[in-house]
Amino acid sequence: MRQGKREFLYGMLFLLPAVVILLVFKVLPVLLAFDISFHEWGIAGDKGFVGLQNYIFLLKDRYFWQALWNTFLYTLFSVPLSIIISLFIAYLLNQNIKAVGFFRTIYFLPVVTSLVAVSVVWKWLYNPQRGLFNSILATLNLPTLKWLEEPRGIFEMITGADLPFLLEGPSLALFSLVILSVWKSLGYNIVIFIAGLKNISETYYEAAKIDGANQWQIVKNVMLPLLSPTTFYVLIMTTISSFQVFAPVWMMTGPPTGGPLGKTSVVIYYLFRKGYEEYQVGYGSAIAFIFFIIILAITLYQRKVTEKRVYYEV
Amino acid sequence: MKSKANMWKIIVYLILVILAVLSILPFYWMITTSFKTPAESIAMPPTWFPKTLTTSAYETVLTKISFPRYMYISFVTSILTVAASLLTALLAAYAFSWIQFKGRDAIFMGILSLMMVPMPVYIIPLFLVVQRLGWLDTLHVMIIPWSVSIFSIFLLRQNMRTIPKDLYDAAIIDGCSRLRFLFQIIVPLIKPAITTTVIFEFISSWNSFMWPLMVINKDNLRPIQVGLAYFAQGETTNYPALMAASTLAILPLIILFFLAQKQIIESYARTGLRE
Repeated sequence: MRQGKREFLYGMLFLLPAVVILLVFKVLPVLLAFDISFHEWGIAGDKGFVGLQNYIFLLKDRYFWQALWNTFLYTLFSVPLSIIISLFIAYLLNQNIKAVGFFRTIYFLPVVTSLVAVSVVWKWLYNPQRGLFNSILATLNLPTLKWLEEPRGIFEMITGADLPFLLEGPSLALFSLVILSVWKSLGYNIVIFIAGLKNISETYYEAAKIDGANQWQIVKNVMLPLLSPTTFYVLIMTTISSFQVFAPVWMMTGPPTGGPLGKTSVVIYYLFRKGYEEYQVGYGSAIAFIFFIIILAITLYQRKVTEKRVYYEV
Repeated sequence: MKSKANMWKIIVYLILVILAVLSILPFYWMITTSFKTPAESIAMPPTWFPKTLTTSAYETVLTKISFPRYMYISFVTSILTVAASLLTALLAAYAFSWIQFKGRDAIFMGILSLMMVPMPVYIIPLFLVVQRLGWLDTLHVMIIPWSVSIFSIFLLRQNMRTIPKDLYDAAIIDGCSRLRFLFQIIVPLIKPAITTTVIFEFISSWNSFMWPLMVINKDNLRPIQVGLAYFAQGETTNYPALMAASTLAILPLIILFFLAQKQIIESYARTGLRE
């Protein structure tokens, strides 16, 4: 009994630092966020209970909907692009290529660099008058683009037609941020995919070859299904991080930030603007909570699918 | 047949090389621009290699703007965050894997579930908390709230659990104290996992932006990312200086990456596949 008590004390003692810090700086703020979202905060720090008012205003706030829609488009384009390219490259690197390590290192370089610094660099590359991208386009006798300053949807620009809102696609400004995000995340996803491919036993490929499958059939019917847990993991992780995009928007767009015409305003930027810059703490917390519900839904969906798969395999 | 296979190989290498060029190009452009004169940096068509190499952009950034100070702040906060989060994670992971007590697994699951809450969700109330504590514009406001990494606790616990229980029993019977057992026996055994957590924490701490942007107003307390952000907002025409500043902001991580690229890439690959 004495022994048990001692063990308990040691356990508590060792957990104390981590638990106290998490309670004060994570659990408490999360609970506060929920509480604050039902209050209105004045500049002086006075607060009044307003019930669901913040949420009701939020549902009517077209800037919020615009930010949500932009975030959705950003995710919808950056995630599949990043996954398809990185999977393809990982597949190529897995083909007995010499200097795999060299390529892997090069592709990985953007991953460890800071988003703030690469945002400064890419803003310079995208510069409509003096940027590298436009000067390359000009050298190739192609029309130059306004990149981050272009509010028109990319599908509208490609087709030249006046498309309905839902078919416009992301503005070129937002798509410029998509390109940056794909560039930045590619190396990470390639590394994860290579590891996933390494986990697939050669015997599956051998068996398929003996059965007379061609390369495409092997990829489609053997490799991709066996790789699907990795792909799913990458999909969820990339989606969650895409939803949280902030630094490039703050660094690269505007003035005013989120421009042109609000086409690059995203949820976390809007949260930052309302909750911090404009000090509408209650309103910002309501945005935070809606954001949380979206992320939670994605995470729980991932849990469910992963558990199902494990169960299926057993 | 052979030539077809060769053709395929050439195409594969071509694709890989093109992607490598695209990956490097922004860095190449950043570095070459940083050595150009302001006039040459905006010349049309641009020069692929500086005609007149000059380090004046670096001189501007290092002397006129407090960049050395920003980097110093980043180093101090990153190293202290790494050290603190490693210590709290080691202790917690130790309790979760070696000490038996009631409610242990419930606490562990509780902590793990906190991982599902992304930082933006609670960043505004967290700001209010540190404001109430009077911590705005201090060094520790960039360290203490981030001195626990749930991921590190999880990773270290996973590794500690692979160590046989006999080792623990033998050590404790021999009169080895728990802390000595942790630091002298366990730590050397789980070195790769510790390296992984140190790398991740350092990178994320060095690159952290949104939080210091909110809590630091004083110029002499700005970490490099925030210093760079404000510099980039004010300076919109001196491209060599902007690129020199960006180069400096990522230089420590690039050096770290080339020193330990194998460990870094493997860390990402391993932990990415944990599920």
